[in-house]
Amino acid sequence: MHLILSSVAIQLLCGITVLFLRRNSRFTSGVGAAGPIVACVIGLIPALKTLSGIANNPIHASWNMPLGTISLGLDGLSALFLLPILGLGALSAIYGIGYLRPYREHKSLNTSWFLFNTLGASMAMVVLARSVLLFLLAWEVMSLSSFFLVAFEREKKEAREASWVYLIATHLGTSFLLAMFLLLGQNSNELDFGQLGGLTPGLAGLCFILAVVGFGTKAGILPFHVWLPEAHPAAPTHVSALMSGVMIKTGIYGILRTLSFLGPPPPWWGFTLIGIGLISGVVGVLFALAQRDLKRMLAYSSVENIGIIVTGIGVGLLGISIGSPALAALGFAGSLLHVVNHAMFKGLLFMGAGSVAHGTHTRKIDHLGGLIKRMPWTATAFLVGAIAISGLPPLNGFVSEFLIYIGAFKGAASIGNGSSIALLAVIAGLALIGGLATACFTRAFGIVFLGEPRSEHPKHAHESGQDILFPMILLAGGCFAVGLSGFGIIRASASALAGIIQPIANNGLDPAAIRAEIFFAADSLRSFTYGALAILGLIALIALLRKRLLSGRIIRQAGTWDCGYIQPTSRMQYTASSFAQPIIDLFNVFQHERKRFKPPQGYFPATAFFETKTLDTSQEGIYRPIFEMVGRTLSKLKVMQHGRIQLYVLYIVLTLIVLLFWKLR
Amino acid sequence: MNAQSIVYSASALLFSPLLLGVINRVKAIFAGRTGQPLLQTYYDLSKLFRKGAVYSTTSSWVFRAGPTVGLASVLVALAITPFGRVPALLNFPGDLLLLAYALGLMRFFTVIAALDTGSAFEGMGASREVQFSALAEPAFLLCLAALACKTQSLSLSTIISRMNFGLWAKDGPALAMIAVAFMAVLLAENARMPVDDPTTHLELTMIHEVMVLDHSGPDFAFILYSASLKLWVMGALLIGIILPVRTGNILLDFPATLLGMIALALLIGVIESVMARLRLLRVPQLLVGAGVIAVIALILILR
Repeated sequence: MHLILSSVAIQLLCGITVLFLRRNSRFTSGVGAAGPIVACVIGLIPALKTLSGIANNPIHASWNMPLGTISLGLDGLSALFLLPILGLGALSAIYGIGYLRPYREHKSLNTSWFLFNTLGASMAMVVLARSVLLFLLAWEVMSLSSFFLVAFEREKKEAREASWVYLIATHLGTSFLLAMFLLLGQNSNELDFGQLGGLTPGLAGLCFILAVVGFGTKAGILPFHVWLPEAHPAAPTHVSALMSGVMIKTGIYGILRTLSFLGPPPPWWGFTLIGIGLISGVVGVLFALAQRDLKRMLAYSSVENIGIIVTGIGVGLLGISIGSPALAALGFAGSLLHVVNHAMFKGLLFMGAGSVAHGTHTRKIDHLGGLIKRMPWTATAFLVGAIAISGLPPLNGFVSEFLIYIGAFKGAASIGNGSSIALLAVIAGLALIGGLATACFTRAFGIVFLGEPRSEHPKHAHESGQDILFPMILLAGGCFAVGLSGFGIIRASASALAGIIQPIANNGLDPAAIRAEIFFAADSLRSFTYGALAILGLIALIALLRKRLLSGRIIRQAGTWDCGYIQPTSRMQYTASSFAQPIIDLFNVFQHERKRFKPPQGYFPATAFFETKTLDTSQEGIYRPIFEMVGRTLSKLKVMQHGRIQLYVLYIVLTLIVLLFWKLR
Repeated sequence: MNAQSIVYSASALLFSPLLLGVINRVKAIFAGRTGQPLLQTYYDLSKLFRKGAVYSTTSSWVFRAGPTVGLASVLVALAITPFGRVPALLNFPGDLLLLAYALGLMRFFTVIAALDTGSAFEGMGASREVQFSALAEPAFLLCLAALACKTQSLSLSTIISRMNFGLWAKDGPALAMIAVAFMAVLLAENARMPVDDPTTHLELTMIHEVMVLDHSGPDFAFILYSASLKLWVMGALLIGIILPVRTGNILLDFPATLLGMIALALLIGVIESVMARLRLLRVPQLLVGAGVIAVIALILILR
């Protein structure tokens, strides 16, 4: 417990130290990055110990604040979320050293590193806090520090707008959380996590909805995701990797933590989460397919993966409410493992996208191409991430999806009533998400890295430096490691998983049964590992065979087969937009594609153009009208805003008098 | 792992190119041609294995790795596929997912290898491939889920070994619907009519063939062989469902299933001869339709 607190303290300390250094001095990045790295080394020890089943003593101290005590604790759930927070935090920091170097001339890196350290420390505090006030404080610091980080390039209009959207969205979400915690804390006077709850089923249901909306806004589930594709591309890459890979997961943590206060879950909670999860997954990946901006595409793909995680939680909750340990164990295990896995491959992919933007000065997918020859390391690492996020063996994405799948299969085969229809939806939904994710990431990798350059940008690309490549290679290795050792990880954390499920199930399930199910899954995964190793071994064997077959034979280089056409240009290649167009058209109920075009006319056509823009349905259909209405209504209050100080003082005096009377009454 | 499984896997490696020969011969007979020899695929393979290769200057190592990864993935898929009563080399609860996703890995690499050439035709084929397979995937997994619910097992080997004529007598309609849906998925996944036309010479109309236009020599042999193995893998599953000969005598069961495979090839040949390729806009309807049929079968089973 003290180790983990000192890890938080070190980040804060480094953050403050960096503020006092000379602007962009030689040590700025070093000290700034040292915080997350040292914090990771120190903090991972207690986190891993807790996951392997060693209990910690919680800390409890009084605090000179109304309703406030300082309560901190480290249990399995916190430890699991600490892994990506600390791990990806450290790797993003290393990446940040190289990534921020070009900004030295005209930006203060000291502030940026201070905020980065604050973000890391506050995320750790969010999962460690055990009292409402401390939790909300950490939550707010996390939101604000990431807001300022998104606004890093504030001279750009889109960065300013994105950060505003983010600030508004996150505070709207927090307002739901305030209401939820007030409801939860009505029976207690200290607002410690241990005292929350004890609600009637109706109020518990209300709290569940508030939690899904409030925490779901942070996590980016549909339709509360609109801030995500704005904010993540605008932030510097090491920050977007951390935000997309880790920070949005604090929303998932919040949902799971809240569920443990709410008593036994009725089946509709599970159904709701499965529905929300599948819709977020399918629509998220469809939007990702439609994007032209590499980082924006990755941001939408985070919506998809949050959808998979929420689906897993839904399966687990359904399992608890119908008393099936198999569903509960496999749903939660898959979903929690996906939290860690997604942090790994999404961090990797964001870093790859940043490296591309760094080397080519553009993020437009349709302007890129052929980068695998100019940036071989970035390309290979990105490919690993792309395979992993498509959920394909032998990498880690498959392992977590496998657990959710197999839970749904087992449940559907054994239950045989209305619940199994929901589980069939899970199976079909995950399959569709997987297929579309393959489409999305073959498109991203294929158009960006393969073929010929589609504009001048990629022609002058150069590979990034070692500090940018090192974290990517480490994460790619991690994707392989988790993919091949999934069985061991699941088996080792069986007790911790049972410990996470127990409070949510209100001790309604037998922990031994949960462990037995996890061991069953671990055995399946071990056989899967044999299959994965067989794939790798066969690839090596066939590659050797191919080499032998080709040795000594004539191997010629020629142009790509072009059906007899003599002068192909790189502009004739398929683009990302044309690659995705049939799928976008097929699913046009979910997204609105605006097309403007003038076809070529006559025998000697002079001008012709074609332009498409894919708009976010929930943004255009829900938020824009609401916010425009709010804006119109509030603009009537402008009469009170006239810039005369004496009148503002009058307002303050009047307010104080009213409050005084109200108190004296 | 036992001797029978090894014999079966070896026979799959040996006989799978024959299926393509049978299909082509049936199509030739329908068209009134003599047609190519039954063993033509073997001749093609041996010729390709002896050739050198031509690579596009645009392509990178991804293009060269594509066929290798594809063959490795489909070999693992074959190791999971049971053949009638004979269990697969590798079987465990949940192996059906590894089968589906190993084929997914094969598709991933075929698609990026196609994109690596920078050709508009191959990009077009790749785009169609990912679109149709994204729709075929749910139908495929729903078929597997229906079988898993029916036989209360998560391993393909157990599922297929528990199929028998008694089950057909009891749950005939549901099983027939699964078979129909599975057949649609099989035709789509293996680039056969009415989804794709393996014989056309017009690049614009093709899906799978256009993605491999640039491959040559041993690489193309790997692709051809992988395609016939993939047809074998999915065919063996379908035959396992619709022809559950389970006398208990391996000398009867094994040839019966083998004959079933030949019959399936005949059926595919007939379908290809009497049907035209669907318009590309119609293909999603076929695949979603297959998914819906699988759902109805599931509802019948869960009822």
